[in-house]
Amino acid sequence: MALNIQRDEHTGTDTTGHEWDGLKELNTPLPKWWLYTWLACIVWALVYFVFFPSFPYGKGYIHGLLGASTRNDVMADVKGFAAERNAVMSKVAAASFEDIRKNPDLLAAAQTAGRITFANNCQPCHGAGGAGNPGFPALAAGSWLWGGKLEDIQQTITHGIRSGDADARDSQMPKFGTDGLLKPEEIQQVADYVSTAFFGLALKDAAPASIAAGKEIFTANCVSCHGEKGEGNRDVGGPRLASKVHLYGGTRELIVRQVTAPHMSVMPNWNGRLDTATIKSVAIYVHDLGGGE
Amino acid sequence: MAHISKTEPDQTTEPEAEGFMQYFEDHKRVYPKAVSGKVRSLKWAILVLCLGFYYIVPWFRWDRGVGEPNQAILLDIYDRRFYFFNLEFWPQDIYYLTGLLILAALGLFLVTSLFGRVWCGFACPQTVWTDLFMLVERRIEGDRNERMRRDASKMTLDTAWRKVAKHAVWLAIAFWTGGAWIMYFLDAPSIVHRFWTGNAGTAVYGFTFLFTASTYLLAGWAREQVCTFMCPWPRFQSAMLDEQSFIVTYQSWRGEKRGHLKAQRNNTTGEAYGDCIDCGGCVTACPTGIDIRDGIQLPCIGCGLCIDACDTAMKKVGRAPGLIAWDTLERQAAIAKGIHLPAHLLRPRTIIYLSAMSVAITVMVIALSNRATINLSVLQDRAPLFVRIADGSIRNGYTIKVTNKTHDTATFDLGMTGIEDASMAMSETHEDRQPLLHLPVGPDQVGSFRVLVMAPDHGASTKFDFTLRNSSTGEKTVYHAVFLGPEAAANAGGGVH
Repeated sequence: MALNIQRDEHTGTDTTGHEWDGLKELNTPLPKWWLYTWLACIVWALVYFVFFPSFPYGKGYIHGLLGASTRNDVMADVKGFAAERNAVMSKVAAASFEDIRKNPDLLAAAQTAGRITFANNCQPCHGAGGAGNPGFPALAAGSWLWGGKLEDIQQTITHGIRSGDADARDSQMPKFGTDGLLKPEEIQQVADYVSTAFFGLALKDAAPASIAAGKEIFTANCVSCHGEKGEGNRDVGGPRLASKVHLYGGTRELIVRQVTAPHMSVMPNWNGRLDTATIKSVAIYVHDLGGGE
Repeated sequence: MAHISKTEPDQTTEPEAEGFMQYFEDHKRVYPKAVSGKVRSLKWAILVLCLGFYYIVPWFRWDRGVGEPNQAILLDIYDRRFYFFNLEFWPQDIYYLTGLLILAALGLFLVTSLFGRVWCGFACPQTVWTDLFMLVERRIEGDRNERMRRDASKMTLDTAWRKVAKHAVWLAIAFWTGGAWIMYFLDAPSIVHRFWTGNAGTAVYGFTFLFTASTYLLAGWAREQVCTFMCPWPRFQSAMLDEQSFIVTYQSWRGEKRGHLKAQRNNTTGEAYGDCIDCGGCVTACPTGIDIRDGIQLPCIGCGLCIDACDTAMKKVGRAPGLIAWDTLERQAAIAKGIHLPAHLLRPRTIIYLSAMSVAITVMVIALSNRATINLSVLQDRAPLFVRIADGSIRNGYTIKVTNKTHDTATFDLGMTGIEDASMAMSETHEDRQPLLHLPVGPDQVGSFRVLVMAPDHGASTKFDFTLRNSSTGEKTVYHAVFLGPEAAANAGGGVH
């Protein structure tokens, strides 16, 4: 292609010789080092092409001479983090709760492990942040059936409640209604008593006589587990009645139902699924939700 | 373009270079000649000041107490703290940097519209280090003529050792420069020790190498190429300058018609010669290799060395100095007609720049003087929104972050106002209810605490305030928070019981 290079009169500069619809471009040459830098960049790219992963083919790709792989880097990091984690967690397993509390590093590790394990395993029943669900205890509320100390919580998580584990927490409330231990009207009377005496419910149509009768039935059948003042008994897992927090609901109808045919929910034992350090971590997390003792 | 063929008649001039390479030209090496004069002296003074500042500042100490860095100016990237003497900036203070950058940009605009590219000519690091490197070059290889002679003639032992020595000194300066850069980010004395004992880490060696290499290449080799081809600022100058800006100007009304002294003295043809003796002094002095007599142009960095060169020449031939001087295009046009105009420094654009700068400075000063050393931020528990506890009252959980920007450990008193019969407790000891919580936070740290607030069940949510007070300094702050009750939680679809 011929170049029609002309000299521009105004600037005294040559044109590049190209013309686009009458437009001509002045040739103001770049320095050669600029060209060489550009070429060096191309050479650098080729070097990269040889040494680093560069080109896909079918199911694979050219790995490059250095065998660099960001995935391998990540996997190595993960391995390193796992080793770090194991080192800390074995210390958590060995240390007492008191010592873990005193060591900020161990505590931070345990709190994190506890939070994540809780979210993965406990949250479906106990709710996010231990808020609880009807029939599943609110762990943040500080209303404990089996005790709210770290060791108690660890024991409960490890062996479960009515889980079938040999050391499981176990308590049975008699089926006063379905097993015929109390007559239906007696159940109504005891419900009247429990509602007014412990649950703080103001019943409009409860006759004082009914409440008094209910008290007698309560004293005869219930105090062994629930206590004379409804304070409960943690040794046998007897729920505290004198409270505003009730596992199976706080209305009179639900008291009647619970006395007639009690709910007795099950918590699995985690000793086969989580290791000691993790269980201790969860115990610390649950304890620190705001209800721990 | 394809229509044009060789058979057509054309008025083509012969291109100097054929083919692709005509679009590129060889680097024309510039051999600036040493000059002396007022401008040169001023440039030396600024060079000593700028480089002295740059190299020495990291070694200034400033006592901030135990456990705190004692370097006066330290940009601690790892711990996310910037220290400037008694000021300490946290990541959330980064907007001061915006203010600083705005000020710097406005300052640059102002100075440029007043006096042309004095930043480029006097204070730009590229200019300052290039000046230093040229000084080294001149001391070792000789001045312009000697250097040109050496480069043009065959390599001799004398030239060879001088070149080696020059590059060695350049590299030493470059290394010192790169090393000093690192000291702004790490404690100077300890990083020097770690550097030479091999314990400084890849990043430090990497950055030192990077800044050593770039200083050596840019100030030693690239020089005016940086200003002409790499830097965006020269491209701005046509927007920054106007007819009233003082720029380095050749007074062509006085200088033309130029002619060598001999021609002027043997003037037999009656030519009307001007003062310019066409000695080429201004061209040989120019560090970017241009001829200022062609007028304002992109590669001119406004360093004014041509002024010194011209004044020297004028003095020699007994003519008035100032043939090349800082002047405005407007004044020059007027003087050519015999009118002397006053300097016109205050004009709309400079006034706008000045007022914008004063606004920025005012905002910065107010923001700096009202900087708190205390900060409280509160994150309310999202799950559960609230908890009903055994006595029937409602409990909310909050994560409290207390920022202690002082250099001493302090106990912060956290209180609350706005809810009757409310009480607070730390999450770990939730049965120990207190009207005030005492939160210890270490110097220069953020303490994180989980705090529980218990209040009787009022159903609805209640607005209240957390109050925080540094018990040592008395500084206070307030955070407006909300205590969530069952009604609000029911609306939000959260909460249980």
